[in-house]
Amino acid sequence: MSAIATGTVPAAAPLYGLVLAGGRSTRMHRDKAVLTYGGRTQLERAMALLTPHVVRAYVSVRKDQHDDPVRARFPQIADTHENLGPIAGLLAAQARHPQAAWLVLACDLPLLDEATLAQLLRARTPSRVATAYRSSYDGLPEPLCAIWEPRSRELLAAYVARGGQCPRKFLQGTATELLDEPNPRALDNVNTPEEYGSAMVALAPEAATLPKRVTVQYYALLREQAGRREEALVTTARTAAELYAELARRYPFSLAPEVLRVAINTEFHEWSTPLAEGDAVVFIPPVAGG
Amino acid sequence: MDAFRFSRTPLATDALRARLADPACGGYAAFEGWVRDSNEGRRVRGLEYEAFEALAMREGERIVAEAIARFGVSRAACAHRLGELAIGELAVWVGVSAPHRDEAFRACRYIIDEVKHRLPIWKKEHYLSGDSGWVNCERCAAAAAPAEAAGAQAGHHHAHDHAR
Repeated sequence: MSAIATGTVPAAAPLYGLVLAGGRSTRMHRDKAVLTYGGRTQLERAMALLTPHVVRAYVSVRKDQHDDPVRARFPQIADTHENLGPIAGLLAAQARHPQAAWLVLACDLPLLDEATLAQLLRARTPSRVATAYRSSYDGLPEPLCAIWEPRSRELLAAYVARGGQCPRKFLQGTATELLDEPNPRALDNVNTPEEYGSAMVALAPEAATLPKRVTVQYYALLREQAGRREEALVTTARTAAELYAELARRYPFSLAPEVLRVAINTEFHEWSTPLAEGDAVVFIPPVAGG
Repeated sequence: MDAFRFSRTPLATDALRARLADPACGGYAAFEGWVRDSNEGRRVRGLEYEAFEALAMREGERIVAEAIARFGVSRAACAHRLGELAIGELAVWVGVSAPHRDEAFRACRYIIDEVKHRLPIWKKEHYLSGDSGWVNCERCAAAAAPAEAAGAQAGHHHAHDHAR
């Protein structure tokens, strides 16, 4: 800033933090920010990882998520653009604090570790537009665990004005400092129930079996055999399949899991879907509508 | 748009049909499913429907939207009864309006077929003999028991209507 005017080595802009939690989690069928790992939501984990390294940490949200209790615990910046994906969060943050550099983290990176973040901070190159990792899968820049310098603001706005929407393509086309990942799985993102299960096991094989509270609703033949419509229970079952096996030991269920389907939180799911705290589970007997 | 709805009282088909009226449409096709007095050789005196309503509504709306997109019809809707029904009562209604009859017939057929296979709705039949049973479930349970006893579960297949 003032150092630029005097022609000396530019001082690095102050670093602010932004956790992107405004996605729609369409493939997960559950809000990715509130998925828990070892008893903490991913949003809490990301904020805890980021906060020690920045002047101020914010959660990026859509306008309609403002009152969501998980997000309301943190300072928020609401999107001002709609349907622009992660770029909307970054643009809103840059508009709020134009002089800042932003350490941006997606909130679906449960395997992101302290070492990976520390290396990014050490390698930060303020003279470039951004500092980012090169994906261990395809070699492309990873825009959602990256440091975006203040000068990226105008370039990004111009990119969006041209119709661009992809932060990865933006970084490919600009002066980005690219690093190799110290841990090749650190930036694996979690988009589906299966990826969630795999991340939970990678983080802590024992954590997946921690007791959790779930509710189960019963319909038709299963309702009659369980003798109830609904119950809340604490289970160590890791998946819907394990929960059904547990319940089948308690009740005289005559239907094998092969003929049932599973719904979790009012959507169909695979039997292998990991259970999370607070899930509402329904086992669906063979249907007979019409 | 409530393209799919449940009702605990008799379905008023005139009102349902009126919602599909459209000056651009020259064809209207409807399907009505009625409660029959027999099933698989057993005399039925009545039945009851139960549903996981939240998921069934969501899936029902998706089926209607699929039919509209797939066959290019103008409007479509489906209504399903819940609770106890007597012989002859209307259990399910599907209606479709379209510029021409062919796509109206096809969309109507698509909706009723998908509804029967995909929606979490269950039917309990009450028989004249005094007992009762959940359609597609009892047979399934009866078939599972000997398979388990024989330790041959892996290769066991069930040939009943079931959500995919």
